[in-house]
Formats: sequence, structure tokens, C-alpha cells
Amino acid sequence: MQLQISTRDGIPIYLQIVNQVKYLVAAERLAPGEALPSVRKLAEQLVINPNTVARAYRELETAGVLTTRRGAGFYVSDGGSPLARREHIKILTERIDVLLAEARQMDVDLETLVGWLHKRNRLLEPAASRENRHG
Amino acid sequence: MVESVIEVRGLTRRFGKKSALHDVSLTIPRGSVFGLVGENGAGKTTLLKHLLGLLRAEIGSVRVFGRDPVADPVGVLGRIGCLSEDRDLPDWMRIDELMRYNQAFYPTWDEDYADELRREFALDSRQRVSTLSRGQRARAGLLMALAHRPDILVLDEPSSGLDPVVRQEILGAIVRTVADEGRTVLFSSHLLDEVERVADHVAMLHEGRLMACDSLDQIRRQHHRFIIRFDQPQDSSPQLPGALSCCGAGQEWTVLCNGGSEELVQAVLARGATIVDEASPSLEEIFVSRVS
Repeated sequence: MQLQISTRDGIPIYLQIVNQVKYLVAAERLAPGEALPSVRKLAEQLVINPNTVARAYRELETAGVLTTRRGAGFYVSDGGSPLARREHIKILTERIDVLLAEARQMDVDLETLVGWLHKRNRLLEPAASRENRHG
Repeated sequence: MVESVIEVRGLTRRFGKKSALHDVSLTIPRGSVFGLVGENGAGKTTLLKHLLGLLRAEIGSVRVFGRDPVADPVGVLGRIGCLSEDRDLPDWMRIDELMRYNQAFYPTWDEDYADELRREFALDSRQRVSTLSRGQRARAGLLMALAHRPDILVLDEPSSGLDPVVRQEILGAIVRTVADEGRTVLFSSHLLDEVERVADHVAMLHEGRLMACDSLDQIRRQHHRFIIRFDQPQDSSPQLPGALSCCGAGQEWTVLCNGGSEELVQAVLARGATIVDEASPSLEEIFVSRVS
């Protein structure tokens, strides 16, 4: 698990861990049932106060992203987490917003943009596009 | 209420005409990682010297474990591990001699732990102190500070002048000390980034005065950073009530404030400006706005 901590932008460190772990789970770079590094290990790896890591893990547990097994550390919760879906939407929404902003600057209207999305999708998914042509 | 291990009350210190500390009061809770920040010459080392009994409190009082470090040096220093900024180690000793020498002073010296640290820091027991590199000296100093498993670890600018690898090691040792032992760590630094990562309590010294002293959470909660935008370019920095600092140019300005921000928000709106962004500032921004 690779996390990047920054002290430049004023976001509390525990929150940076929470957000990045949520992202990793949503992006399936952390699989359900996978063990997270111990509090001590992650604190040493990131060179941060262990209490900060413990706080992030507790928050993630409350949010249902992680579960604890008594005395055996923290694990990614088994699938079906409603949070993963929400995180997916959040990640995509951010990208959509950027795309829309750029399109607007370039005077590309929504209809054209959606047309291009369909076109790109057909190119990336040959199977789907064949089906479309037959249907 | 968490028990405190260090209590400083109204400490004032002058060297000749120069005031090094002015009416400093602070409490360090047990188990905390306490970061003392300030520029060079702000009084950090002078404050630490009082805690270690190297300077007597002329005005005000200093208590460590409830005792006066000058009156009871054995009772206090035996429970403190210290790494001074200049890392004064006897040059003519070998590492193994230095370890035996320190062991003689500390009844709680843990031989196995000392050896474990020596291996971890890759220090050769036959090597002479005079031939150690800067980084190795820092590691040796840290070993001597840790091996008697002190209740308080005091580090004066532990990472100044070190390369990133050794810096990381020293900070890692602080992290481990807290994780393993739940002991108190007090360290001074002018690197705000490293304080923000490792500390949970922070005291800011500026020209001998304590500018802020609280848990890092509280300090961050109390400070706000607004980006405000005016309809018209402003020729000079707008004067706003409660603002610690205000910088920018033209129409957009960044304002830092402490505590209740409502008055400031009202003043911003009254001038026909809008708040385009609100966030919590980094420790570095807070510090800079406080001392400039």
C-alpha cells in the first residue's frame, strides 16, 4: 500500500490516509480481505505520529471500509461496501467536471461531447460496437 | 485530565540586555510528542537547557516530573534521554567504550536494546567517535539517548544539517519511541513539515515569547485561511479585523485568521468582496503569519 502524505495544503494527515485508502479500495488496488500494515509499520513508513495512523484506521472502520480482527490488525471489509460505489461516483464525477470545463472553454457543446464519448467507447470496446451494429 | 511531565511557569531569562525568554508558560502532557518550533535564536535551546537543569530559572519556575531539575539533577536527568544540537560526544572514545561509559550513568541502561540499536544504526563498536560522519554521530547520539529507555526523550534540532536518509532515521526513531513505549518526546525544530508529521502538540516561540501552545488539532481548528476576491483590484493589503496576515495582489487575496472568523467574514462581505475558498492552513502558513 503506497500512500503519499503532504503537509503543504493543510489537509489533516489522518484525513489524507482515510481518503487515499478509500480511493485504493474503490480502485481495487486494495482487495477485500487484504490486510493493512500495522499502525506502527505504517507510521514508520510514512514517518508520522502512530496516533495519527490509529485515528485514520478507526475512522475507516467506522465508515465500514476496514474491519478489525481481535488482536490481528485491520483488513479491507468484504465486498459490497456501499462506500465503494459512492467512491466510484466521486472519482468519475471529478473527471467529468474537468472534461466539461475544458469542453466549454473549447466551445464544444454537450451533444458533440457525448457523441465523441460514444465514438471512443466503440473504439475501445470492439465487442460492444459489433453488437450495436447488428442491433 | 492527562498527567503532565513538564511544567514551566512564567519563565523569563535575560542574557545581559538581551531577553532570551519572556514569561513562557507551558505544560507537556505525558505520552505526547511535543514539537517546539521557532526560528534560530527564538529561545528554543535556552528553554530546553532550563528543562535539563543546565540553566537555573531566575524568574519563574521549571518542574520536570514535579521536581526542580537544578535541585535534583539525578532524579530528573536519570529519566531523560537527550540529544543536543551539537552532539557533543567524547572524540577519543570508541563506540563500545562510549556505550559502557553511558551505561555507568544510567541504572536503567538496557544492554540488549543498546546492542540492537547499534546494529540497526549500522555502527561499528570498534570505531572511534572522531572518525564518525555527521550522520553516524547523530545515530550514536540517539543510541545513547534511547538505550536507558528514558521517560522523556529530548531532542534539540535532531535533524538539522543531516541528509534525508539520516533525518528519516532519526524521525523514525521518534515514531518508534512513541509507538513502543508511549513515552514523551520533546523536540525542537525549525522544519515545520517534520513537526506537522510527527508532533501532536506544538509550541511556537518567537523572539523569546510563546506565540501559541496547544494540541496540533486545536491549533489547526482555530486557524482559517480564506481566499477572497474583490470586484476591483486593491492597491494595498486590505485591513480586516482579526486577520493575522493578508497577502496577494489585485483582486485576489489570501487571509489567515485565528479564532472566531465571523467578524472577518462580515467585514469581507461589507467591502463587496466574496469568499472564493475556505480551508485550514498548514502549520507553516500559521507560523509564518504569526511571526511576520
